[in-house]
Amino acid sequence: MKQATDITVPSQQRRAKRRSLKAVVAVAAISLIAAACSSSPSSSSSTTAAPASTPGVTSSSITLGATVPLTGPAASGYDEIAPAMNAVFAWKNAHGGVYGRKINYIYYDDAYNPASTATQTRKLVLQDNIFATVGSLGTPTQTAVQGYLNSLKIPQMFIESGCNCWSDPKYPYSSGWEPPYSVEGKILGYYIKNHFAGKKIGYFTQNDEFGQDVVKGLDMEIPSSDVVSRQTYDPTSLLSGPPANQMAALKAAGAQVVVFATIPAATSLAIGAAEGLNWSPQYVVDSVGADSPTVGPLLSIIGKGKGLTANTALNGTIFDDYIPPEAETSNAWVQVEAKLLKDYAPATYNKYGLDGNTEYGIALAYTFVQALEAAGPHLTRQGLLDAIARDGKNFITPGLVPLSYSSTVHFGYEGAQVFQYEASAPQITVPSGSWIGGKAVSPVYTTSPGAGPVNVYSGTPPPPPASLVNSA
Amino acid sequence: MPKIPRPPKWFHLPRQPLVRHLILAIVAAGGFYLLTNDILSTYNTVLVGEIAFYAIALGGLSILTGANGQISFGHGALMAVGAYTAALLMVHTHFNLVLELLIAIGAAAIAGVIVGIPATRLKGPYLAGMTLILAVGLPLLGNQYGSVFNGDQGLVTTPPSPPGSVNPELWLTWIEILGALVIMVLLANLMKSRFGRMFRAVRDDEVAASLAGIHVARTKVIAFAVSAGCAGLAGAFLALSSGVVSSGEFPLSLSIEILAGMVLGGAGTLVGAWWGGIALVFFPQWASSISKAAGLGTGGNAYLGTIIFGAVLVLVMMLAPSGIQGGFRRVGSFADRRLFRPRGGDVTKSLQTGSE
Repeated sequence: MKQATDITVPSQQRRAKRRSLKAVVAVAAISLIAAACSSSPSSSSSTTAAPASTPGVTSSSITLGATVPLTGPAASGYDEIAPAMNAVFAWKNAHGGVYGRKINYIYYDDAYNPASTATQTRKLVLQDNIFATVGSLGTPTQTAVQGYLNSLKIPQMFIESGCNCWSDPKYPYSSGWEPPYSVEGKILGYYIKNHFAGKKIGYFTQNDEFGQDVVKGLDMEIPSSDVVSRQTYDPTSLLSGPPANQMAALKAAGAQVVVFATIPAATSLAIGAAEGLNWSPQYVVDSVGADSPTVGPLLSIIGKGKGLTANTALNGTIFDDYIPPEAETSNAWVQVEAKLLKDYAPATYNKYGLDGNTEYGIALAYTFVQALEAAGPHLTRQGLLDAIARDGKNFITPGLVPLSYSSTVHFGYEGAQVFQYEASAPQITVPSGSWIGGKAVSPVYTTSPGAGPVNVYSGTPPPPPASLVNSA
Repeated sequence: MPKIPRPPKWFHLPRQPLVRHLILAIVAAGGFYLLTNDILSTYNTVLVGEIAFYAIALGGLSILTGANGQISFGHGALMAVGAYTAALLMVHTHFNLVLELLIAIGAAAIAGVIVGIPATRLKGPYLAGMTLILAVGLPLLGNQYGSVFNGDQGLVTTPPSPPGSVNPELWLTWIEILGALVIMVLLANLMKSRFGRMFRAVRDDEVAASLAGIHVARTKVIAFAVSAGCAGLAGAFLALSSGVVSSGEFPLSLSIEILAGMVLGGAGTLVGAWWGGIALVFFPQWASSISKAAGLGTGGNAYLGTIIFGAVLVLVMMLAPSGIQGGFRRVGSFADRRLFRPRGGDVTKSLQTGSE
């Protein structure tokens, strides 16, 4: 017995030794790799080391961040916004920056996936040490990081979404820029009530706060007895096919007017699906998914087999907008926006031109530059919030109505105008083709996000300031 | 016969698997503590936490595929089961975190049993197809039953609040690392136990295994349940670290990434799961730095991470068909033969080991 154990010992020792060696090698290698990847361990400690300085702000720079969809279901169209915003920042930097500070804008792809938004936002905060996020896109994505950013007191500025949730007093560091979706819903509902009385109305809306808020606004204006069908979709479901079932249900319910609260890809797919059913109701589309240069290309591909062009399919479609439509090439704002994009983001301009998305990006970034200026030379996060609450109403922007920022209102515009695509209107010519343009069919309206009347706005939007026109 | 000094006796790890694995886990825990607390920046610490929970999912899949010979394209969906379970518990109840994580593991393991039962009748491409449907279909339930799961908007999770002045991100990372190490010890012991031998016997030859008295179908279902439980815990950690659970978080690509990461690390090895985790977490980071350095702009890297991953996977499969860890093992055993075994030994024996 004793002998037997003696014989086995060497091989066991060998095995044991090999195991221990391997374990040591593995631990060492993991540590090495991880250590090699830690390029900037100082970024997180700077906040504690120097409490007087603001993260992301130096005497010569301001670092801003964003997460946007560059891939995935929402990328088409929306991937143009951040590069367009960068054109405004590049223009500002070329003219001395904001109080001598150059804006450094870092944006990452989150593929419209909230998990990815959380990861990339953490990267912006912990690694890139941003001052604020500006122009991050999406309702589900930005609600995922709203608590995180607010707990760290990092401004979550000018979120590209009209969710009513950005004006929640629980989250003082969040702020929207475009009109709340319920405002757009109310204005579209008001128009439908006055122009399509007695018609059967159907809804096709995104199954999240975006769709729900638009529906909230619509329901405040449209009698519920007129709404014959309410269909929804989830953006991820678009990857597996067009929303044919929903469109069939709307057709079966006899809807004559169909209201969309959709992202651009959903607009194209839904109109394509309806054409497949030989059905062409009156479409009323929320501004989010209404831009013809954005929905046109995909719609053209869908319509090809049916001998239908996007411009024919969109003809007569009603939509709302809160900045001047890019088709109005005589508008001074549209002209200066096109010039900014052409000179400071030529690659984006050559690829997309000035469409609804790039125009949106420029208008939003131009608003933010004014907010930074209003915050003064001693830039702090609280100072930025205070400046927007104090001066936000007076920022000069392309908006059709003035901004409504205050200490309690964290929405940009509380108004919009109704337009209709018409074959006779001037077309929007961009690198992807010539797309149908719209003409105004209503006055500019203002209204509050909650209950309250829809009013006609009688003011005239200010022209672009000379400082912008002359330097762009 | 050249005499090569061997390490002293106290250096040897004990023979009992549990004691040995616990010692390794404690050493690793010490290493991770130094790494996360003293060496790395907060951001990289968060990434180590991500590596840890990916390693859990990859380790579970590695056992299923490497040791039991079953394939699964559906582990992203099983992660979704764990993530939604944990999130629903956090939204509607306020259990303590450990209990919530255990229930998440349990729910995913039950889902694994449900998937595993039909899987006992399927092999190869058919099994791949069935699990693929799981990966595509299951997360869509989150949209279908929006009143429960809140669609793409998702459910918000509450990260655990740390004691004292510990950074919340560091605290969550530690919890994730601890969870991963516990799972690693359990899996390593499982592989050394009767079940591990049964898994391998079934993988190698089902007929021979059943002749030896092993219940083949039951063994396969157990392997699926264990693997699914791991995926469930990984999903719950993903939910905690992203702060939200939504259907968009579990695309088909997640399931495929997990499978590819497992193959890259080395099927059937637990250390390989960590290599796979490192690849899944760091390749997108490297892609972003590369594209920045190459002047592609911050937005130019959208697909570069996937491209790098694919290229590395192809390269590793050419150089080391059994994955990164398999490659290390080969190098290790080569060095071992050269260093510690007498030269001019039994040629036929080394040939045999070489052809194994």
